[in-house]
Amino acid sequence: MHQTSKNLAEGARELIAFRIGEQEFCVDIMSVREIRGWTPATALPHSPGYVLGVINLRGAVLPIVDLSSRLGMNESDPSARHVIIVAQVHQKVVGLLVDAVSDILTVTDDNIQPTPEVSSELDRSFAKGVLAIEGRMICLIELESIFPEGESEAA
Amino acid sequence: MDMNEIKEIFFQECEEGLAELETGLLALNDGDDDPETVNAVFRAVHSIKGGAGAFALDDLVSFAHVFETTLDCVRSKQLEATRDVVKVLLKSADVLADLTNAARDGGSVDPARCQALVADLEALANGEIPASDDAVADEPAAEAESAPADEPAPEAQAEGEDDFKPIPVQFDDLEEKGDDFEPVPFSFDDFGTDQAPSANIFRIVFKPKPDLYLKGNETLLLLRELDQLGTLDVACDWSELPAIDELDPEGAYLTWDATLTTSEDEDAVRSVFEFAEWDCELTIAAAGEEAETAEDAAPQPDVEPETDESQPDTEQEDVSASKEEEQAEPVEKLELPNVIDLQQAAGANRQQAAESAAAPKAQATASASGAGSTIRVELGRIDRLINLVGELVINQAMLAQSVTESATSGSSAVTMGLEDLQQLTREIQDSVMAIRAQPVKPIFQRMSRTVREAAEMVGKNVRLVTEGEATEVDKTVIDKLSEPLTHMIRNAVDHGLESPQDREAAGKPAEGIVKLSAKHRSGRIVLEIADDGAGINREKVRQKAIDRGLISAEATLSDEEIDNMIFHPGFSTAEQLSDISGRGVGMDVVKRSIQALGGRVGITSTPGKGSVFTMSLPLTLAVLDGMVVSVGEQTLVVPLTSIIETLKPETEHIHGFGASGQLISIRDSFKPLIDVGQILNFSNMPTDPLAGVALLVDSEDGGQSALLVDAIQGQRQVVIKSLEANYANVPGIAAATILGDGQVALIVDVEAVVSASRSGALKSEMSLAAVG
Amino acid sequence: MNKTIVLTVDDSRTIRNMLLMTLSGAGFETLQAEDGVHGLEVLDGSMPDVIITDINMPRMDGFGFIENVRKSERHRAIPILVLTTESDAEKKNRAREAGATGWIIKPFDPEKLINAIQRVTA
Repeated sequence: MHQTSKNLAEGARELIAFRIGEQEFCVDIMSVREIRGWTPATALPHSPGYVLGVINLRGAVLPIVDLSSRLGMNESDPSARHVIIVAQVHQKVVGLLVDAVSDILTVTDDNIQPTPEVSSELDRSFAKGVLAIEGRMICLIELESIFPEGESEAA
Repeated sequence: MDMNEIKEIFFQECEEGLAELETGLLALNDGDDDPETVNAVFRAVHSIKGGAGAFALDDLVSFAHVFETTLDCVRSKQLEATRDVVKVLLKSADVLADLTNAARDGGSVDPARCQALVADLEALANGEIPASDDAVADEPAAEAESAPADEPAPEAQAEGEDDFKPIPVQFDDLEEKGDDFEPVPFSFDDFGTDQAPSANIFRIVFKPKPDLYLKGNETLLLLRELDQLGTLDVACDWSELPAIDELDPEGAYLTWDATLTTSEDEDAVRSVFEFAEWDCELTIAAAGEEAETAEDAAPQPDVEPETDESQPDTEQEDVSASKEEEQAEPVEKLELPNVIDLQQAAGANRQQAAESAAAPKAQATASASGAGSTIRVELGRIDRLINLVGELVINQAMLAQSVTESATSGSSAVTMGLEDLQQLTREIQDSVMAIRAQPVKPIFQRMSRTVREAAEMVGKNVRLVTEGEATEVDKTVIDKLSEPLTHMIRNAVDHGLESPQDREAAGKPAEGIVKLSAKHRSGRIVLEIADDGAGINREKVRQKAIDRGLISAEATLSDEEIDNMIFHPGFSTAEQLSDISGRGVGMDVVKRSIQALGGRVGITSTPGKGSVFTMSLPLTLAVLDGMVVSVGEQTLVVPLTSIIETLKPETEHIHGFGASGQLISIRDSFKPLIDVGQILNFSNMPTDPLAGVALLVDSEDGGQSALLVDAIQGQRQVVIKSLEANYANVPGIAAATILGDGQVALIVDVEAVVSASRSGALKSEMSLAAVG
Repeated sequence: MNKTIVLTVDDSRTIRNMLLMTLSGAGFETLQAEDGVHGLEVLDGSMPDVIITDINMPRMDGFGFIENVRKSERHRAIPILVLTTESDAEKKNRAREAGATGWIIKPFDPEKLINAIQRVTA
């Protein structure tokens, strides 16, 4: 993976595609630290529904977000089949619960189409654009807008 | 080593210098008249200026320069270090610190404030003494002329010949120290100097004085350098050379007459003699068209030296000086990573470290010269080490747990091995924590500024006395101490101390004293902030508490209870708060922030004598002794420091109160019983008090509450992990930890839970909740 | 040919390190001392070709240091350059009286520093 990213042509980038239910999404590979299996999280009091809790990742405490719920879809029922994408957003590291990682895509900006108007309000604020790959529709997600910076101060 | 690293070193050095500066000024303020104190103060500013110049930190340089000039007046006794003078100097030290910070972290310092101080400093330097002080502006003692008496040995000059003919010399020979003064036709072709198209011709007459050689200068080097500027013809006039028996080996008898054809200008030529000008007679004249005559001219013994022998030509010096003024290339700003000094004694008993503070001077000397006893380590490395040891502790606990659960627990060898491992782990952890331990001194030093500023704002005379500055505590605690301490110090100045008039009326000195001390006591650091003010006006406090509806008018409160009312939320009011201790924060918030650190704060007050705030904190925020409890399906950790006792509630102790409240009676006193699971929203069903355990905890205002949990699992030291690093502050939760099974457990913020039980809900500080 | 050895005497780590960087970059060997006393100690076991010293230092200042060097049988011929700031012209004279060879204005320009050293060393 590292090797390919080095050899990327100008303007090209790598994305990690994953599945939530029947839909496919992707995020920039640069923000992904690792992908790991589900482990039970310790629930946090008074947290939003999509925050499943915190887990121990080699000594660091990181929150696990149910991405499905965060994107306004069904709440997941986490199980051993789920995977967690550990991603860096701003200065923080979060775990994103998804159904499965499906692909690593190499695309250029030309491949990314603007988010269609038909999308729901919620989807559009998170979606940076959509990609058509081999007949599939994959939605590119902007992690920064899912986890706005300075959220804890903004109360 | 690059400029960034050096800049980093510079800012570290600035911090040390600023600390020394403040310490010195405070000593002066207390009447210290040791000249070395003034010298140290001067040097501190001087060094900052020097380093700042190297990095083109112009604001810092220009302020330091004015400051230094005034300090120089103090040093030379032109200016007496009266209280009023030192006051200006202390303020200047503060501005210097601000300017340094601004230079490091960006930002700026109020130019008006700088300007005002610059004006004050200049006034002082000009002999305008503030207030009534009548300082005598002594003339600085004229420096006694003290030329070295030793005999020099400039070989070239020791040679003598009875010949008055000017001798052209071969430069090559001169390089061999000129032992031989055989007249030789002079040719510079060998040097292959490029001739510039527009050549200037200078006639240089140069007569060294004996001192020139005494100071490590060499005529030959000067001539060599001249030669490098262009084409040089040199003649030596030894007409003044006495007979050999009259020759003073220390004397200088030769005059050199050189004609230089060069593309350089006169300044360049003059700069060759930059250092020699001190000790020679020098004439440099542009020969221009007269070049030919000059070339033919015989050396003129009657050439008048341009400079007066007794008076060094300072004008010329200044010209050359300003040429040198250009500053080093500015370098990129860099973040200053935290670095702490590792003292060799770091692993030693902290108590000892505190005691060794008795000899601060010796310590300072040691740190100045004893580079061998400390090493500087990047803080990040220590943090990593501490994290790893934290992992080790967790792993060890996990291992112990699995062994206990497995059948091998019967094996005594395994059990003993585990116990040894546990012991070792604990020792490693303690040693590693000791590495990061730091003295509270820097914080204490910062407080002296806080006192000055607060005192000025409310028009009081206040002196800060500190004690136990060498007391060490983990850096994680140090970093968090500053804020509550600042607040309490301001409070002491603002509310604790009386006005100078009131003090005098009460028969006290007009100057109030705030005493800040630190010491270790039973594994914690105890800080005391004492003032010699009027003490708490209990009648007034009581009345205010009644007015605010905090207590009923009939309530009988002990003195202690009344005193502790000032920590009650809702007690502090806007009208009571002045500018400085105000900022909308009351003592309740101070108490909250101390408790958030696992600390406690209390007050004792004696009418007419003053008040003492005592706060105790854990020595580290990296680990915590906790009680592991079960609440619903959750495992939680309650800091042991908050817990007074644990009890198993019996039916007769539980009393319903209002719609859903419950009280527990403990030795005939009723305490609110708080269902932790409900407050933290971990369970929908109320916990049955009879099936659970109550933890009696201290709460703000000195009262007590009982936390109801399902069960106690045990006591354990846990490694504190931040929730905020990757998530956010969670109401009711202080931090997280990782238990033996690798699961994250939450550490309960006892105070927040208790206050939530009163207000009804934990305040959500998250906007994420709103977004979702 | 042996490298030119420069002894730098300055109580400021910043300045010492800047000198070190500049001097080693220019191919000089560097000895370091923190103040006059330390400087004399270093001289005890060495024979530098040139000395660069600060004026304001604890224990023994630059003037005292220079005077001591000039009194030393072994070291008195070593050229000594004082580091001085623009402002203290009077210091330069005192340094001269003490026996300094020349001076370097702080903050120093690396090139000028090297020039100054070359000016006083053979």
